[in-house]
Amino acid sequence: MNPEQLRFTDTHEWVYLDTSQEKAVATVGLTDYAIEQLNDLVYIQLPEVGHQVRRGEAFGEVESVKAVSDLYSPVDGEVLEVNQQLSEDLDPLSQDPYGAGWIIKVQVSDPGQVEDLMDYAAYRKMCEEEL
Amino acid sequence: MNALLQTPMHSWHVEHGAQMVPFASWHMPVRYRSIVEEHQATRQSVGVFDISHMGRLRLDGPEALKLIDHLVTRRVSDMKPGQVRYALLTNPQGGILDDVLVYRLQDAAGNDYVLLVVNAANRRRVLDWIEQHYQGYEVLLSDLTQQWAMIAVQGPRALEAVGPLVEQPLTELRYYRAAETTVLGRGGLVSRTGYTGEDGVELIVGAGAALELWEEIIRRVTPLGGKAAGLGARDTLRLEAGMPLYGHELTENTLPQQAGLDFAVDLDKEFIGVEALRRADTKALARLVGLELDSRRVARQGYAIHHQDRIVGQVTSGTFSPTLQKSIAMGYVTPELATPGTLLHVDIRGRLEAATVVSLPFYHRRKKRGPQP
Repeated sequence: MNPEQLRFTDTHEWVYLDTSQEKAVATVGLTDYAIEQLNDLVYIQLPEVGHQVRRGEAFGEVESVKAVSDLYSPVDGEVLEVNQQLSEDLDPLSQDPYGAGWIIKVQVSDPGQVEDLMDYAAYRKMCEEEL
Repeated sequence: MNALLQTPMHSWHVEHGAQMVPFASWHMPVRYRSIVEEHQATRQSVGVFDISHMGRLRLDGPEALKLIDHLVTRRVSDMKPGQVRYALLTNPQGGILDDVLVYRLQDAAGNDYVLLVVNAANRRRVLDWIEQHYQGYEVLLSDLTQQWAMIAVQGPRALEAVGPLVEQPLTELRYYRAAETTVLGRGGLVSRTGYTGEDGVELIVGAGAALELWEEIIRRVTPLGGKAAGLGARDTLRLEAGMPLYGHELTENTLPQQAGLDFAVDLDKEFIGVEALRRADTKALARLVGLELDSRRVARQGYAIHHQDRIVGQVTSGTFSPTLQKSIAMGYVTPELATPGTLLHVDIRGRLEAATVVSLPFYHRRKKRGPQP
């Protein structure tokens, strides 16, 4: 996925909103910047399908040798799909964070919540300021 | 806040993309690219560590050894020039003030002196402690931490990588021995010591010569698959090797016996804290154990250790072991639960994860000599 088409949270999740179907679906992952900062990933805790997520609330966690970080949902909604492959192999998170490294798909209650998030340019700028 | 101290290799670390963090008032590299890669390089080939943040204190004068003998848990007065010994400084209650390496050395002019290598976080405290106790001893104390730099070269190919840079033949330098020698054409010190569980050396050179030496070592280790390694890998390596770290396994409230450091305590000699250590009923106190977790989640410092429905201790260090590919930890538990094989749980952010007590260390390097079992 091209990051230019994504929206970003200040907690380093990315969101791709698909409105082509009847119900809007958001795919959520972690940015390459966040993965590089965490580095040496060892574990991910994923939610169950059907789990209700709320914007700004943790839905899982990702852990590295040095640190642990919560995964925050960018939207309200219900988990439709979970990338179970990650519980076996974390490599897609670092090798293809915007593709095979997606984490969950959420049926979005209010697609407008995605519009409130940063675009790629704003997100890059935030990361540069963090460094 | 005071500006952080920088080692002579600071600009190199930054230029090579290191993630830099404040550590005991120094600005130090945690990792360059990956902790796991730096860890593996050290286990399989060579890791090169800037450990200039460690405190280097020199004691000159005829009573230097006698003073240190009074302050540390082991006899050092019988050390010969060129010997290095691991020892603890304890307070009058027997609690650990620092764990240190004591070097007895001889300079080019034939003068004896003592070098203490102390934890960065404890340097000020050790200096103060020595100053409180050196009245009446014929001793001159100098803090050489910033005039000298220190580089650890560790791993199965460490000696071959740095041997040509050091005048002292390294294969003739036994484990826990040190010598003043010429390093890359200038005066320095080499010791066969380390904090990784691997063979290797630690080099001490003048701050002005350190960067050139560092770059030369990096040039030599690179074709061997070696690399610069940060404090992150230093921590995972020492943890696998079951070595305690001050501020984690060791504190002012820990007695050496609790940490399994009986070998470093000689109760037959006199030192500050010895009476308390002789009196202590150490069998009744919490003991340091190794833990192997079933989960891949990391048990970090401060997490509670449970047995059935009771809290029985606390984790002091934990990581995901790159060598064992398991989550490992050290922590203190009540003595009846310290037996290897005991099943415990660690509370990792609200979820109890199964952990088994194992004997330390987690990792033993295979010795080169002798038949393999």
